[in-house]
Amino acid sequence: MSEQPESKSTAEKPNVALENERTAHAEIPKTRAQMASENAKTAKKLVFVVIGMLGFSFALVPLYDVFCDLTGINGKPSNEAAVYESVVIDESRTIKVEFITRTHSGMAWEFSAQTAEIRLHPGEMGEVEFYVRNPTEHDIIAQAIPSISPGIAALYVNKTECFCFKHQPLKAGEEAIMPMKFYVDPQLPKEFTFFTLQYTLYDISATVQPAVVVAMDNS
Amino acid sequence: MSTETLNDAHDSPDGHDAHHEHHIPKGILRWLFTTNHKDIGTLYLWFAFIMFLIGGAMAMVIRAELFQPGLQIVDPHFFNQMTTVHGLIMVFGAVMPAFTGLANWMIPMMIGAPDMALPRMNNWSFYILPFAFIILLSSLFMDGGGPAFGWTFYAPLSTQYSGDSTALFVFSVHIMGISSIMGAINVVVTILNMRAPGMTYMKMPLFVWTWLITAFLLIAVMPVLAGAVTMVLTDKFFGTSFFDAAGGGDPVMFQHIFWFFGHPEVYIMILPAFGIISAIVPTFSRKRLFGYASMVYATASIALLSFIVWAHHMFTTGMPVAAEMFFMFATMLISVPTGVKVFNWVATMWRGSLTFEVPMMFAIAFIVLFTIGGLSGLMLAIIPADFQYHDTYFVVAHFHYVLVTGALFSIMAAVYYWLPKWTGKMFDITLAKWHFWCSLISVNVLFFPMHFVGLAGMPRRIPDYALQFADFNKWISIGGFAFGLSQLIFLALIIKACRKIGEPVSDQVWEGAEGLEWEIPSPAPYHTFSTPPLIK
Repeated sequence: MSEQPESKSTAEKPNVALENERTAHAEIPKTRAQMASENAKTAKKLVFVVIGMLGFSFALVPLYDVFCDLTGINGKPSNEAAVYESVVIDESRTIKVEFITRTHSGMAWEFSAQTAEIRLHPGEMGEVEFYVRNPTEHDIIAQAIPSISPGIAALYVNKTECFCFKHQPLKAGEEAIMPMKFYVDPQLPKEFTFFTLQYTLYDISATVQPAVVVAMDNS
Repeated sequence: MSTETLNDAHDSPDGHDAHHEHHIPKGILRWLFTTNHKDIGTLYLWFAFIMFLIGGAMAMVIRAELFQPGLQIVDPHFFNQMTTVHGLIMVFGAVMPAFTGLANWMIPMMIGAPDMALPRMNNWSFYILPFAFIILLSSLFMDGGGPAFGWTFYAPLSTQYSGDSTALFVFSVHIMGISSIMGAINVVVTILNMRAPGMTYMKMPLFVWTWLITAFLLIAVMPVLAGAVTMVLTDKFFGTSFFDAAGGGDPVMFQHIFWFFGHPEVYIMILPAFGIISAIVPTFSRKRLFGYASMVYATASIALLSFIVWAHHMFTTGMPVAAEMFFMFATMLISVPTGVKVFNWVATMWRGSLTFEVPMMFAIAFIVLFTIGGLSGLMLAIIPADFQYHDTYFVVAHFHYVLVTGALFSIMAAVYYWLPKWTGKMFDITLAKWHFWCSLISVNVLFFPMHFVGLAGMPRRIPDYALQFADFNKWISIGGFAFGLSQLIFLALIIKACRKIGEPVSDQVWEGAEGLEWEIPSPAPYHTFSTPPLIK
C-alpha cells in the first residue's frame, strides 16, 4: 500500500480531516506492516479522544454547577452561611419576597411558611419562620432544597442562617419551627422588585449518613 | 491478500486466520469469525433489518392501542415500555447499524482500500451488538417490565420511578455505545489511512465524507451517552445524587447532558443519508453532483453546529430568555447548510437526463419528505411556538419525517442502489416499485395527520386520548399498519435477491453510475483492491 502527496492545500479542509494529515501525506511507499502500525497509531489517538469525552461527560457535572453559580440561571442560592457585616441598607427601594413551600412526592410532612411574604430594603436583615410537622408514625429525616424565581435573583440572596443548611430530623408526631435569616444584596439590579423563594422538602431518611441517625437518637 | 497481512501485523500476532487467504470458509463459522468488510457489512444490514421489524412490531402495538380512544389492548405501563423500546431499537438497533453496515460494505470499495483498517475490531464491534439487544429485549419479560421512561430516559423517571430492569437498560446502552465507538474508530482510521494513491480528500465520494464526519461525531458524543447512563445507574442503585435535588443534584442537568449527546446523535442518523442521496441523484440525473465542495463544507458545518444547539429540546425547562434566544438562532442557523444540500440536489437534477429507477424514486421522496421534516423542525425552533408544540404529536410527526422518510428512506435507497453490485443480480423491480409506492403513500397517511393532532394539543407518549382526536388517530393507525405491511414486500425482495434470483447486471449496473465501486465486477468479489487502484 502506498501513499502519494496530497495535492489539496490544508486550508481547504474542514478541521475534522486535519488530525491525521501527517500520516496521509507520507511520501515513501509503505509496507503493509508499516500501514498496520500506522492504523494502530491512529486508532490509539481516537481511543484517547473517547476516554477524554467520557471524562468530559463527568466533568460536565461540576462545570454545570460552576456555570450556574456564576450566572445564577438555575435559581440555586448559595448553600453556605453569609456573614452580615458592614452592609449598607438601600432605603430608596423596597423588595417584596414571597415564600412558598412544597413537599416532594411521597414526603408526608406538613410544611408551611409562617410568613407568606416580607417587604424589606436591600441590605436589611429579614427573619422568617417555617412550620413543619411529622404526622407519620415513624422518624423521618428531611432536607429542604431552595429555589428562587426569577433565577438571577438567587445571586443576591445572602442567608446568614437557614434550616436548609443541614438535615432536619423529626420524630413521629413531632413538630417544629424552622428559622431562616437573610438579607438581599444592595447590588440587586433595579428591575427586580420582588421574587419568590420556594423550599421543597425531601425525605432523605433512606440515604442519609448513619451518623446523623445516631445523633438524632441521642437528641 | 492484504487484509491478512494487515491482520497478522496488527491485531493477530499468532496469525491463526491465515487460511482466509485461500478460500472463503463455509457455513456458520464463516460468519462468526469473518473479518471481511463485505461479510460484516451484510451482518450489520441483516441485523438492522431484523431490529427494524421488531421495533416496527412494537410500533404496531402502539398504533393498535391508539386506533380508538380508551384503553383496550395493552395496559398503560406496557404501552410505555413499547414507546421506550421502540425508540431505542429504531435508533440504536435499526438506523445506526444499517448505516454502519453500508459503511462497511461501501467505504473500502469507494476509496480503493482492500478492507477496513481494523478488521478484527470490526468483527467484535458487530458481534457485541446482538447481546446488547438481547439484554434490552429480555428486560421486557422481567417482573416489573422493561424500561418505560421513554428512549430519552429523563431523570427522575429513570432514577426514581423505574424498575430494576433499568440496570439492564444501562448495560445494553453501554454495549451499544462501545459497538458504535469501535465502528466509528474503524471508519475514521480506514478513511484517513487506507485511501488508494491519488484518492485525495476532495476526491472522496460524499458518502465517504459524510461518514467520516459522522464517525467523528460518534467518537465525540457516544462517551457522553455512556456517562449519562452511568450516572443514572449510580443514582438509582448506588446512592449518588447527580440528578437528585435532595442530595444537591439537579434533574435539569440530566437533560443538558443527555441532549449534549442527543442532538449530535440526530445528525449521526442523517449525515450518512445525505451522502447516499448525493451518490444516487447524480447517477440518475447523468450529471456531476452540483457543488461538491459546498456539500463537504455544509456537512462539516452541520456537524460543528450540532454541538451548540442541544438546549432547543429543553425550551420549557425554564431557561433564561438570553439562553433560549441563543439556542433558537443557532438552531435556525443549521437550516442554512441543510438548505445548501437540498439546493445542490435539486440543482443536480436541473436539466439532467433524469430516469426514475427505484433508488432514484426513494431519493426524490427523501428530498421532498425530509424537507417537510426539516421545516417542522424550524417551527419547533421558534421559542414561543415550541411552548405549544413541546411534547405533542407535532414533535412525533417532525422526528418521524426526518428519521423514517429521511434516514430510513435513504437506507432503502442505498440498498436498492447497491444491492445489484452486492449480489450481481438485478432485484425484482416490480416488487421494488410496489414497495416504494405502498411505503410512500402509507408513510404519509401515517405521519402527516400527526401534525394536525399535535397542533390541536394531543400529547405524545400516552395510551389514551381525548375524543376529538379519534378520527385522525384512526387514519394514523391505518397508515401505520399499511406501512408495516409494506416492509414485508421489502423483506420478500431482499430474500429473493440474496438467493441470487434475477437478471445478471453489468459491472457498472446503472448507466450513469460513477465511482470505484462500479469498476469492480458484479457481484463484488470477496476481496477487492488487494492492489490499490490508481486514481487519476
